[in-house]
Amino acid sequence: MSFWNTIGSGLREIWAYKFRSLLTMLGIILGVSALVAMSALVKGMENGTREALVAAGGLEKIRVEPQYELPAHQRHLLDQAPGLTMEDVYALESGAPLVHQVTPAVEQYRYREPMVATYKGKTVEPFLVMGSWPAVLEINEHVIEHGRMFADLDEEQASSVCVIGTGIRDELFGEPEGDETGVVPIGETIYVNGLPFTIIGMFERYESESAKKEREFRRLNPQPAEAAGPVRSRGWGGNRGGGHFIFRMKNNTILIPLSTMMLKFRGMNGISSTGEAAPVRLSNLNMKISRIEDLEPAIQQVRNVLMMTHKGIEDFTFRTQEDWAEEIQNVIRNARLSGGVIAGICLIVGGIGIMNIMLASISERVREIGIRKSVGATNLDVFVQILVESTVISVLGGIAGIGTSYALVGLIASFTPTDNSPVVTLNAVSIAFAFSVGVGILAGLYPAIRASRLHPIQALRYD
Amino acid sequence: MALLELRNVSKIYTLGGEVIRALDDVSLDIDGGEFVSVIGPSGSGKSTLMHILGCLDSPTHGTIQLDGQMIHSASAKQLAHIRNQKIGFVFQFFNLLPKMNVLQNVELPMIYAGISGARRRERAMEMLKMVGLENRARHRPSQLSGGQQQRVAIARGLVNDPRILFADEPTGNLDSHTGEAILELFRELSTKGRTIILVTHDPEIAAVTSRRIEIRDGKIASQVDPRLAGLDRVATAPVAG
Ligand SMILES: Nc1ncnc2c1ncn2[C@@H]1O[C@H](COP(=O)(O)OP(=O)(O)OP(=O)(O)O)[C@@H](O)[C@H]1O
Ligand SMILES: [Mg+2]
Repeated sequence: MSFWNTIGSGLREIWAYKFRSLLTMLGIILGVSALVAMSALVKGMENGTREALVAAGGLEKIRVEPQYELPAHQRHLLDQAPGLTMEDVYALESGAPLVHQVTPAVEQYRYREPMVATYKGKTVEPFLVMGSWPAVLEINEHVIEHGRMFADLDEEQASSVCVIGTGIRDELFGEPEGDETGVVPIGETIYVNGLPFTIIGMFERYESESAKKEREFRRLNPQPAEAAGPVRSRGWGGNRGGGHFIFRMKNNTILIPLSTMMLKFRGMNGISSTGEAAPVRLSNLNMKISRIEDLEPAIQQVRNVLMMTHKGIEDFTFRTQEDWAEEIQNVIRNARLSGGVIAGICLIVGGIGIMNIMLASISERVREIGIRKSVGATNLDVFVQILVESTVISVLGGIAGIGTSYALVGLIASFTPTDNSPVVTLNAVSIAFAFSVGVGILAGLYPAIRASRLHPIQALRYD
Repeated sequence: MALLELRNVSKIYTLGGEVIRALDDVSLDIDGGEFVSVIGPSGSGKSTLMHILGCLDSPTHGTIQLDGQMIHSASAKQLAHIRNQKIGFVFQFFNLLPKMNVLQNVELPMIYAGISGARRRERAMEMLKMVGLENRARHRPSQLSGGQQQRVAIARGLVNDPRILFADEPTGNLDSHTGEAILELFRELSTKGRTIILVTHDPEIAAVTSRRIEIRDGKIASQVDPRLAGLDRVATAPVAG
């Protein structure tokens, strides 16, 4: 019996029992759409976090932070711990060839000790006020869109200049609706904790690819209902065009020269020094490596240098994006696993449904099988016929499931954050399809064996 | 060599310790072109004999040769092939597939013979024409009368041009008039040289055939065999193996 004949008779059988077949397919439809939707969701998360990872400086970035909790055997040395100082920076510049662009930073986070920026009666508490060297631009993956970054000269002279993110601009100068460029407040003077700073540059608006796409979509298809709504202050964490934490943080940053930070804001908590003569403690050191493979040796090198300058007291710690990336990978793996388990259960249930219906079907068709055998069907012919029927059911279910998965993904997309918006991949679709074929074959196996083993006479006598 | 040769064939069922000899040491030769009826009371073993001859069942003991092939020891796959190529069946209850139309039912044996679609349709129509049902090709079996259904079954039985056509009570489910027409069809086929083995419990029907084999309790009780020394000679003993 030819393949197409078998498929044809399978389809005829399914068509003869449309409603029953549809109910049987439901399990497979659910399983396949769960599988595709889950993988689309995970893919969206992966995309979102990968972009965030790059925005945070990428895997090549190493950050050294002070550690106030010393290792147990060094506890008694706490009062001698020097903290991160400029001395470390100079030592690393000469002593750690695997890293480059060592950049010190003094940072004031809003959640620790908020600073206030004001402009003509409007105020904002920036998420981060950071004093650093010009090179921080590259290390933290910042891009200046308007004006300029402060230069070494500004650093030497401790100029009162700043570069701001669009989030700060939005709060202090307003966020023009629909205007792509917006206000460019270069040259304006804002007050940071009461001290005047001239804005010399502004970053581009940081956002994920999908958030950008959505914003562009909205710009091209303005929705009047929304535009007419009251304009609220969204704070630095406003979620329009915001998305991932990293993007919001970068947009709500004020960047000033390191020397200015040390000079003007000395005495604040984060910039405190142990005495008038003692060097200023830095919030962190940022540096980059050239090749990701060098990460481990580079960290070792930096550690060796710092152990020297810190006289063996380990009051610092390393932060790489690798830890973070690993954490994200874990979250994604868990999401994938739980989604996979759900989809797997759906598929198993669907498979059992198919097996059940095939068993019912063959016991209704014992006589038919007897007739087919009496005119020359071999056991293999009968086996293949039943197997093809169950596979056709599950393949139809699989195709329908792929169809519904698009609807499901659309539904999920409407309530996931934009930068994690789910992405249906061809890979996921083909895997789901392959699973539905596999389930159909597995589910049909036992009924097909039973049918093929029916004795022709007993089958003919059956009624 | 005869077309069919049975030697000491037995079929024994054991049901709950009780032994039933459905066929008991039967030996028999049937030549090509013969029109044979197998007659006997209910439960005598006629259908059992037909199933074994028709490769639907295997004997418990004995040997069977069909068209030069030993079938008592053939595999299930070989038996399926023999059924497909060399044997046609007509049953009392027609045994057509209700979800297929008449044409598809007649095509069924050719599907398992691997014959292409166009050729199948052509040949099936040819057979339907022979039984006078070419204008019913697209009907479902349930839309036909019993006699018409039995004609479809005969068309199906002959579609692969088998060596032997087996018919088990083919008129048992038909009124006498329709039954006669079916018998007439068999006789016609026989005159064209087809080997036919007709199972019945009705002596009137058996009288249509030249050779009659009577079975009782699984044994051949008597035979009317025109080949044995003149017509209508009654041999009371089973043919010796
Ligand atoms: N599967 C089976 N198991 C046990 N006994 C069986 C089986 N099939 C047939 N028999 C027995 O074998 C004997 C012959 O049965 P068979 O069907 O050949 O009779 P028959 O001559 O065709 O009768 P009828 O004219 O009623 O069709 C009967 O006694 C029957 O009970
Ligand atoms: Mg019978």
